[in-house]
Amino acid sequence: MKKLKVQLILAAGAFALGGMLFAADHIDAPGVTGSSQDITDLYVFRGQDTNNLVFVANTQGLLSPGSTGSAKFDPNTLIEFNIDNNGDNVEDLVIQCIYDGASNKMKVYGPVKPSEIGMRSKLEGNAAVEVGVTSYGASSPTTMQSNGMWAFAGPRDDPFFFDLTQYKKIIGGTATSFNASGTDAFAGTNVMSTVVEIPKSKLGTAASINVWLETKKKI
Amino acid sequence: MKFLIVGIAFIISVASCKKKKTDDPAATTYYMQSDQMGRPAINTVFVDAADKDNFNNTTPSAMGGAYQAKFKTKLLALNTGYTTNALTQTADAFTGLLATDVLSASMTKKTTFFDGTNVLTGRALADDVINVELLLIFGGPAGSSNPGLTDDHVNANDKAFSSTFPYLASPF
Repeated sequence: MKKLKVQLILAAGAFALGGMLFAADHIDAPGVTGSSQDITDLYVFRGQDTNNLVFVANTQGLLSPGSTGSAKFDPNTLIEFNIDNNGDNVEDLVIQCIYDGASNKMKVYGPVKPSEIGMRSKLEGNAAVEVGVTSYGASSPTTMQSNGMWAFAGPRDDPFFFDLTQYKKIIGGTATSFNASGTDAFAGTNVMSTVVEIPKSKLGTAASINVWLETKKKI
Repeated sequence: MKFLIVGIAFIISVASCKKKKTDDPAATTYYMQSDQMGRPAINTVFVDAADKDNFNNTTPSAMGGAYQAKFKTKLLALNTGYTTNALTQTADAFTGLLATDVLSASMTKKTTFFDGTNVLTGRALADDVINVELLLIFGGPAGSSNPGLTDDHVNANDKAFSSTFPYLASPF
């Protein structure tokens, strides 16, 4: 245990981020910390209708209730789900989400084969579904269905849960284990969430897909 | 006269610029990579601070070659006693999987990070991904090693999820 503790302290120096360590992907991009491009989480799961898959992109984490009302999606930030359906970790399809300030809607494009792969993207074709952004304090979420796809965009409770505080103590050497009862460091905080539900039939015929989430800045 | 010619030339050039912008296919709007994510916590735990921006700008098909060795170094720094984990993976096999930071999802089966039976078939909102990853990093071959490090005892979100779209809970 002592040896493990020493090793954890050594490891801590290598990946602490200004004394703070965040899990999932929360504030994990030094170049974009705290910005609208900051990804917190990606989820992919089958929908209430198991013929559909749901894609969730969460950004702008650790929003307090007091700051959620003023949180906004950014029209210069492209939120892009990348899908590989032939096992080579290169995107075969993309689902692109971009906020339009004039209409206050999140526009969703795809799933579509992208005209270029890798670091750079452009919007592909016409939007498949457009949904009004749900405002903070709305009594129920605004959703839209179009072309067989459902979309939502707006603030949500951060679904991620972790005793990050205790983990930091372990890494910092002031604790040797988690507590018998942990405390969720993300309790009571919000994120800006984009949720798209899509029929599996639009994603190809592979039995399994690989998905990754990217945010991209307009250039 | 000279000024008049210059003035006319300026007006023509400005008009040409405006026409060129709307007709020029090179005026397409592009977006360049900022942040990237596949599996939860992997970038945070395994990528050094100095490498994070580079990692976020590495295409997944190139991640394994660029980062597997570094991930292995980090794994062994976290757990010097690492041999294999509950998925019978050696350090090389485990970090080889993790270094290509993509989230796999089944198109036919239940989607979950890990439920005891299904392994990496997706990521559902209620999945305790932290416990899964702690177990695979610290739990050893039987999952019983380092018991103080394999469960943070925060096993559910602070708000209930919905069974209907959009599934995520309303904000605080």
